[in-house]
Amino acid sequence: MRNHFRRNIATAAVAALTALGLAVGGTQAAEPIKIGSFLAVTGGASFLGDPEMKTLEMYVEKINESGGVLGRPVTLIAYDSATDAKKALTFVKRLIEQDQVDIIVGGTTTGETMAVIKEVEAAGMPFISLAGAGVIIDPVKKWVFKTPHTDRLAVDKVFRDMTARNLAKVGLFSGAGGFDQSCRKNALELAPTMGIEIVADETHGKGDTDMTPQLTKIKNTEGVEALLYCGFGAPTSIVAKNYKQLGMTIPHYQTHGSASAKFIEGAEGAAEGVRLPAAALLVVDQLSDDHPQKAVASAYKEAYEGRFKDSISTFGGHAYDGLYLAVEAIERAGSTDKEAVRAEIEKTDKFIGVDGIFTMSPEDHMGLDHDSFVMVEVENGTWKLLE
Amino acid sequence: MVAELLQFLFSGVTVGATYALVGLGFAIIYNASQVINFAQGEFVMIAGMSTVTLLNAGIPMPVAILIAVAITIAAGLLLEKLAIEPARDASVVTLIIITIGASIFLRGAAELIWGRGFHSMPAFSGSDPIIIGGAAMLPQSLWVAGATIVIIAVMRWFFTRTLLGKAMLATSYNPLVARLMGINTRFILSLSFGMAAMLGGIAGILIAPISLTYPEVGVMLGLKGFCAAILGGLGNPMGAIAGGLIVGISEALTAGYVSSAYKDAVAFVIILVVLVVMPNGLFGIRGTERV
Repeated sequence: MRNHFRRNIATAAVAALTALGLAVGGTQAAEPIKIGSFLAVTGGASFLGDPEMKTLEMYVEKINESGGVLGRPVTLIAYDSATDAKKALTFVKRLIEQDQVDIIVGGTTTGETMAVIKEVEAAGMPFISLAGAGVIIDPVKKWVFKTPHTDRLAVDKVFRDMTARNLAKVGLFSGAGGFDQSCRKNALELAPTMGIEIVADETHGKGDTDMTPQLTKIKNTEGVEALLYCGFGAPTSIVAKNYKQLGMTIPHYQTHGSASAKFIEGAEGAAEGVRLPAAALLVVDQLSDDHPQKAVASAYKEAYEGRFKDSISTFGGHAYDGLYLAVEAIERAGSTDKEAVRAEIEKTDKFIGVDGIFTMSPEDHMGLDHDSFVMVEVENGTWKLLE
Repeated sequence: MVAELLQFLFSGVTVGATYALVGLGFAIIYNASQVINFAQGEFVMIAGMSTVTLLNAGIPMPVAILIAVAITIAAGLLLEKLAIEPARDASVVTLIIITIGASIFLRGAAELIWGRGFHSMPAFSGSDPIIIGGAAMLPQSLWVAGATIVIIAVMRWFFTRTLLGKAMLATSYNPLVARLMGINTRFILSLSFGMAAMLGGIAGILIAPISLTYPEVGVMLGLKGFCAAILGGLGNPMGAIAGGLIVGISEALTAGYVSSAYKDAVAFVIILVVLVVMPNGLFGIRGTERV
């Protein structure tokens, strides 16, 4: 009898616990979707990481205001990796093991991204990188995607423009950074396939303040018809100034690394006539209304500039694209199951982003081609869209 | 050919003069305290950034420059008062590590105050190049070279003709005896940080129109200035100047005639060779260790 009574209590307890468990399960359905991020908000690449962080924060807020994703709120768990690959790796481990995020959108620089690839691959964590170099997705890694154009696409676009102007002999000049060197490597590789001859190949060091010796050498190279500078940050403006100082006249090209208002401002008039490939976002006001990216890009520009009272950079756009590629994949997958989300990102078809129109495939984890760039020229202190 | 050489020399002298001024700051602090102040490059940055901010606020350039130098000197004195002096009984190595910490702190603070982008500053007298013998030189380069010459003259006068300068030298030779002779060595230490900050600040303002300015601008300039000071013989102010010019010119000539890929390497190789052959630098005084 007593035993029986005990058993009854036990049964009741189990029933109560089950009910409780169901209740917990009930709230679990509305548990937030966790998007993890690590960005170089400080350190050398902070001018990239800062707008990226602001963009992510702003749009996660917007998504939550409009009801979240799959009826669940979205939480952003973001760390400042300070442009340091070692810190990036630590934070990614924390995102995976401690925070147990559903997807990672981040990795401002190529160095930080490459440092964490092994970890995300081993954990089976979908990861959308915001860094530039092609090496991130070439060869393809199962769990790794990226949004920004590669430097290879930029060089491709520049060489097409040179060919159209009958310029074949190029003086190449590049900085010491990872982006600069990857761009240089791509230029050297692509040139022979596109009928371009690299007649000079000069570099400068990190933090250099004067590039006239290298430019003098390029200027005095026999037959040189155009200058291509691969780099970003302050050196882009210094090169433009030194070019003007030396009275150089050959067409001057730079890459999307220079696609910020700071480049023109820093060059103090010397940037006039410099051509570069850039994301459509840069010249959004000049795009024709039927340009497919016009709506997305102008909405982003308005939202960002309205909120932060700061001019947009194309870098924040990478974060916008990364976030929405992730969100749309989760919506299509109907869950946060990692394999399902990964497969859906890979199936992204004609997603119109700020950086371009993405169509991914198992062979292409970036999904952009050279059409996602427009050629612009600096004219009267601003960007002019070239046809 | 001559035009090319001239072009490389213009570049080398301009850059070298900046290294020299930064190196001079290293030498002065080293003399007063045996400390190598790795925040020296940050003085360059603070001065450049302050000037740009003041100019944007509509303050005329000469006034902006004076205020910016004053701000930089204040930063140098604060560094000494708040970070170095409280730890003055610690070993020299500890003090050096403190300056590394201070440099990271100053860079971080600069990012918070001025943002993370780079800023330009108008040149003192326009940016139309002057053509000499077929080579183009910016008027700003003349300012850099001219200011460096003036500073060298003032420093020489200060160290050889004034009581204060001699007191600083005496402190560097033997702090204990200097104190016994009635020299206030703590004041000398403060003074050395103030002077080093001033020199770094002047260098920062002179170079800003050429190099642009950003929170990280001082990192490489500081390192190259340190090389200049080592090359010339740590603690020898005139040696630091010579060292700066040697590093700057050899960089420019290597980039021009050999390969720009080896530019930085050649400067460092020269330093290595000099240090192996002459461990006290080109103009250093042989150190004697008392047993």
